Amino acid sequence: MCDTCGCNVTSGNQHLIKPGGKLSLANNGATSISVLKNLMSENDHVAVHNREHFDKNNVLAINLMSSPGSGKTALLETTIQQLKEQFRIAVIEGDLETENDAERIRQQGVPAIQITTGSACHLDAHMVHDAVHNLSLKDLDIVFIENVGNLVCPASFDLGQHLNVTLLSVTEGDDKPSKYPVMFRAADLMLLTKTDLLAVLDDFDTSKAEHNLRQLASDAPVIELSSRNGDGLMQWVDWLKQQVALQQDRVINGESLKPAIQKEGAQLHFESSNNSLIQNHSHP
Amino acid sequence: MHELAICQEIIIQVNDIAFENQAVSIESITLQVGPLSGVEAPLLKQAFPFAAAETVAEHAVLIIEELPVIVECKQCGFHSTVSVNKLICTQCGDYHTRLVSGDEMLLASVELNREHQDREHQDRENQVDKNKLTEANYV
Repeated sequence: MCDTCGCNVTSGNQHLIKPGGKLSLANNGATSISVLKNLMSENDHVAVHNREHFDKNNVLAINLMSSPGSGKTALLETTIQQLKEQFRIAVIEGDLETENDAERIRQQGVPAIQITTGSACHLDAHMVHDAVHNLSLKDLDIVFIENVGNLVCPASFDLGQHLNVTLLSVTEGDDKPSKYPVMFRAADLMLLTKTDLLAVLDDFDTSKAEHNLRQLASDAPVIELSSRNGDGLMQWVDWLKQQVALQQDRVINGESLKPAIQKEGAQLHFESSNNSLIQNHSHP
Repeated sequence: MHELAICQEIIIQVNDIAFENQAVSIESITLQVGPLSGVEAPLLKQAFPFAAAETVAEHAVLIIEELPVIVECKQCGFHSTVSVNKLICTQCGDYHTRLVSGDEMLLASVELNREHQDREHQDRENQVDKNKLTEANYV
């Protein structure tokens, strides 16, 4: 977001920049200043920097988000087995404590950087920036960022990734997208994991899960897979190969990609500042 | 939750604004928050005093304007005010919509107190008066 092009201007705040100027006197004599600055600007600034690093080195960065225990690390293990001959992969692991996940990834023969966040429930762009500087990006094609298992906070932080992949395991309930709209709205791809368990679960309907995702105005593809028995894995691997190719095309054309939720955000906010409907919103 | 981190960002930003405008203190800070930003207004209010302690915003009032969730239908163009987990057009029922309001997390405005120069001036005059008074008493 920036203050130059007006992309901070939304339906709710455009009154602040209307005639009357940027400075106006409040009733009590104090000076009132309108700001319109995104409160994530410090994080977002570093995220942009991270994305530049990835693009400069022709690396595709994918952020994996889900509840704890929905199979992010297991998915990465099988994915690396499938792709490590074809692509150079590294993983940035986020957990509150322990090096366990990074060790599991290293056993697959690829570099892994563990970020232990202590009590922080999400990764932010600064943490990823530090981790990225411990990786030799020029020798990589794909960096997976395995976020802290949490369906709330990670969705609010741009890390500099190109794509968000959100996992929903079939043991969790097909209404998760409705319960955690901020998270599932951020997904460029939703993976329904642990589908080998569907045989013994009569209360998870994959079509309902997809319906609940669509209710969030999301067109993200949905892939059902099991890291354990390999069902659906090729579809996921094909999606990844396609994304690597698209990233290489973007780099050649000097373009970049933000995750879906942020893609048209700036444009949209700018457009909405010209929207008459919004003027009905009341302001103090 | 990351509400404390958001409050710390608020303090950094308002501190810069206060410095640029030579303000002594901040009277109020107004935020605009949409429910799809992932930030909870009550938690922000709770976290704010911890971040504001011993800063220029220590006594500032935190005002949070909560914005509605509004989507624009890509098919029929209708604007619907909707709930966070049903971002579909209320007119034609299509889910191909764009969010036009509801994911904001913005520092909207700040009220500054720049009266220190006046007050210092006043204090100096008071001091002069007192000195005069003291002199008068001695006479």
